[in-house]
Amino acid sequence: MRGFAMEELSLHILDIVENSLRAGAKTVEVQINEDRKRDVLEIEIRDDGGGMDASTVEKATDPFFTTKSVRRVGLGLSLFEGAARRAGGELSLSSKPGEGTTVKATFQHSHIDRQPLGDMAKTLTTLIISNLAVHFRYIHRENGCEYQIDSKQLMDGSWKEPAI
Amino acid sequence: MAKLTVEDLQKIKERARRTTLLREGAGRAKVTVHMGTCGIAAGARNIMDALLEAMEAQDVTDVILTTSGGAGLCSREPMATVERVGEAPVKYIELTENKIRKVFMEHVMGGRIVTEYALALGSEQTH
Repeated sequence: MRGFAMEELSLHILDIVENSLRAGAKTVEVQINEDRKRDVLEIEIRDDGGGMDASTVEKATDPFFTTKSVRRVGLGLSLFEGAARRAGGELSLSSKPGEGTTVKATFQHSHIDRQPLGDMAKTLTTLIISNLAVHFRYIHRENGCEYQIDSKQLMDGSWKEPAI
Repeated sequence: MAKLTVEDLQKIKERARRTTLLREGAGRAKVTVHMGTCGIAAGARNIMDALLEAMEAQDVTDVILTTSGGAGLCSREPMATVERVGEAPVKYIELTENKIRKVFMEHVMGGRIVTEYALALGSEQTH
């Protein structure tokens, strides 16, 4: 039998965003903030999907809890939380029914057990190609520098290759 | 830490353009890669990537690629469902990149079910 493992943070991100899509999100924003001075890596995933009530939020990172009817939670959040905790960080979740959900995970950047970000290109490609009606924004900040990717711009042709 | 490159963005743009063109017309088939947590942990993202590469290599523009939640058979992931127009859906299990390339060429393109990788005919409700 082959191995099953979430070995990269980009796989966790794909999994959490798939949750957003199953919850009916039309806009999903993924932010990566790397601050080496503070030795922190933050990942925030924000969606405008169906959201969850307070009691569901409370149980959402419990691996034995799920809401199969909308497939909003399950193993994914608890695995992401475990990845954060193993790297000296934590996971927080805020959500309101009808308003969407925000998942935020922090990691000690230099922690030996912090998973690599991995192949974000494959994650974004999978998400954008499979969900053309959904608006994805990806924002990556590192030590004061920032770049953004907007699926609408990629789709409507307004994204131009930067002159280098 | 690995960063997205301009080449990555060009690839995403080209793949999105190809898929957009497809959705404006009728597709010959739809391939759904199951992207539940178990599927992702078992390699579903690489299955999707291999499908995209196979489509590009064959210059195919009439196959829809999409994702769904897990099908409830975690130990058989990665899984994908192939639906050709007018035919019953076929669910494939324990896929690898080589297996999905074969499924793409023989079933999606050629109409011949790859029985050695298939679990069953039919489709579960995922929404």
